Amino acid sequence: MSETIIETIDLKKVYGMGETEVLALDGVSLHIESGEFVAIMGPSGSGKSTLLNLLACLDTPSDGHYLLAGEDVSDMSRAELAQVRNRKLGFVFQSYNLLPRLSALENVILPMMYQREERIPLHERNNLGMAALEQVGLTNRADHLPKQLSGGQQQRVAIARALINEPILILADEPTGNLDSRSSFEIIELLNHMHDRGRTIVMVTHEPDIAHYTQRILTIRDGKLDADRKNGQRPAVPVLQEQEGVL
Amino acid sequence: MNPSETIQVAWKSLTSNKSRSLLTMLGVIIGVAAVIVMMAVSAGTEATIAESINGLGSNLIFISSNMTRMGPGQASAGSGGLVYDDLEAIRSQISGISGATVDQQTSVTVKYDKVNLDSISLVGVTTDYLDVRDMEIDEGRWLTDRDNEQAAKVVVLGSTLAEELFGDADPIGQAISANNTKLTVVGLLKERGLVSGTDFDYQMYTPINLVIKKFTFSMFARIQGDSVRMIYVAVDENANMDDVILQTTLLLARRHDVTVDSADFTISTQDDIIQTQASTTASFRTLLSWVAGISLLVGGIGIMNIMLVSVTERTREIGLRQAVGATPGDIQSQFLIEALMLSLLGGFLGVVAGVGGAMLFGKFGNMRTVILPYSIVLSFCSAALVGIVFGYLPAQKAARLDPIVALRHD
Repeated sequence: MSETIIETIDLKKVYGMGETEVLALDGVSLHIESGEFVAIMGPSGSGKSTLLNLLACLDTPSDGHYLLAGEDVSDMSRAELAQVRNRKLGFVFQSYNLLPRLSALENVILPMMYQREERIPLHERNNLGMAALEQVGLTNRADHLPKQLSGGQQQRVAIARALINEPILILADEPTGNLDSRSSFEIIELLNHMHDRGRTIVMVTHEPDIAHYTQRILTIRDGKLDADRKNGQRPAVPVLQEQEGVL
Repeated sequence: MNPSETIQVAWKSLTSNKSRSLLTMLGVIIGVAAVIVMMAVSAGTEATIAESINGLGSNLIFISSNMTRMGPGQASAGSGGLVYDDLEAIRSQISGISGATVDQQTSVTVKYDKVNLDSISLVGVTTDYLDVRDMEIDEGRWLTDRDNEQAAKVVVLGSTLAEELFGDADPIGQAISANNTKLTVVGLLKERGLVSGTDFDYQMYTPINLVIKKFTFSMFARIQGDSVRMIYVAVDENANMDDVILQTTLLLARRHDVTVDSADFTISTQDDIIQTQASTTASFRTLLSWVAGISLLVGGIGIMNIMLVSVTERTREIGLRQAVGATPGDIQSQFLIEALMLSLLGGFLGVVAGVGGAMLFGKFGNMRTVILPYSIVLSFCSAALVGIVFGYLPAQKAARLDPIVALRHD
């Protein structure tokens, strides 16, 4: 039941005007199918962040088209894009971006607040939030504030938040960038587990060993798609000791 | 995002920083309280004035001297204001009056036994004064025509003054000294109260001729002659007030040899005084309303200031909320609701403080306050309006944030 989740056609992004014009993305066309786990790599300034912002519907292309699950989102308004993000996308950021005054559970169910259609009643949201926290092994931390959690735990809360609206695509921007290697492996293991359950994940990273855990690696250079290769030999994630709670 | 959730989010954000929220509201609290207290004070003042004017008596005509003091040579040529003889002329030539009297005051030092009082009003009057000014004798007797003719050294005391001089002792028949002139107390007046700013109970009354003879400073005597400050005329119930005013005006103009337009006297009635007072208090109230309104405005600017700081501080939060699906409209309403909650809560606390303050002023302060219900509604609605107006700019700023930039903000 492979279905195209991402299709971009000659995607371009220009910043600035006139003489100071910078071509950040210079015609990227790519297909990502449902159930794929893809890494986007590239040196800084290559345009990989610009590509991720476009794929994340946080920005609109200057030229070209982006079809998200068949729906052209290239020319949508900010409000429409907000709804697309809400219904179809899940985000994992390098710096977690949890709201400091909300508990772990409240952070997880935050996206539900912004649903327009098929709103889930308030009392059911907590149950769904707890279920999402269970998937990342943090049910016992539901009432903790972000500052009471370790970096790895905060990122797991963020992953639970990304899952809460059943997105068709999860976008992770350097999800292990702020973590030590042990926590990094925990997060990668978690993403792998989501992938095994059929989630489509696109992850931007500059760490080759993290990218190697994915199925497919896209390399961006000077605003163009430089390489698109299948990653045949995915290494096994090191078995982590005392991983209580996870999985 | 539905309204109740927006309100919950706003409430949570305000309560997470209580002291800042309270300080932000302070401007609105003070503004609203100021509106209520100031309007209560001015309404209280108006009520006091209205009551005291009503105490003047509705059939009274007040004739006062215009303060144009002429040199000695010109005094006899007129335009020197009212003189005692004018009273006799009015009494004999004007029809339709039930009484007329003069009021010429001088400030004296009064001594009795060991009590020594400064700056007491000694009022020179005629017999009609008692009826014209609607006063009553409590003990002893009132001044007679004979007292006046003889310039008798007699005095009738107001109740408060009598109490201060004599305490519990009976003052009738006692001699007091006023600027070293011995006066015999012949009567005591019943309490009359404060009328149009004058405490009738803290004055003493003596024949006008005595005042002219004994209590006018000698250096002014020649200039002032037998001038009087005020003549009161009580119009007969069946007479036409305007007719009496016209007759009196013409009579006095002829006597003083002046035209009606350049008269050296002013005739007014209770209605005139009420109108003057009403316009004075109206402008007083307008002034107070402006002061209070400006303090509300300052309160609003305070809210805007803090909301702008709050938007900057919470840029990442705004970015994250946008990323997970908040539309610009959701963000805008969140910040607008926060500003509105601050101003409404501030408005509510301001109403409590204002009503409480006005009651305390009325109870312990030296002023009367009347809390006007419409001032509460007006100030509370103004506070709400201030919240919306001054919350708009910060909310707009938040809604316009680019989520990509906002998420990277630190």
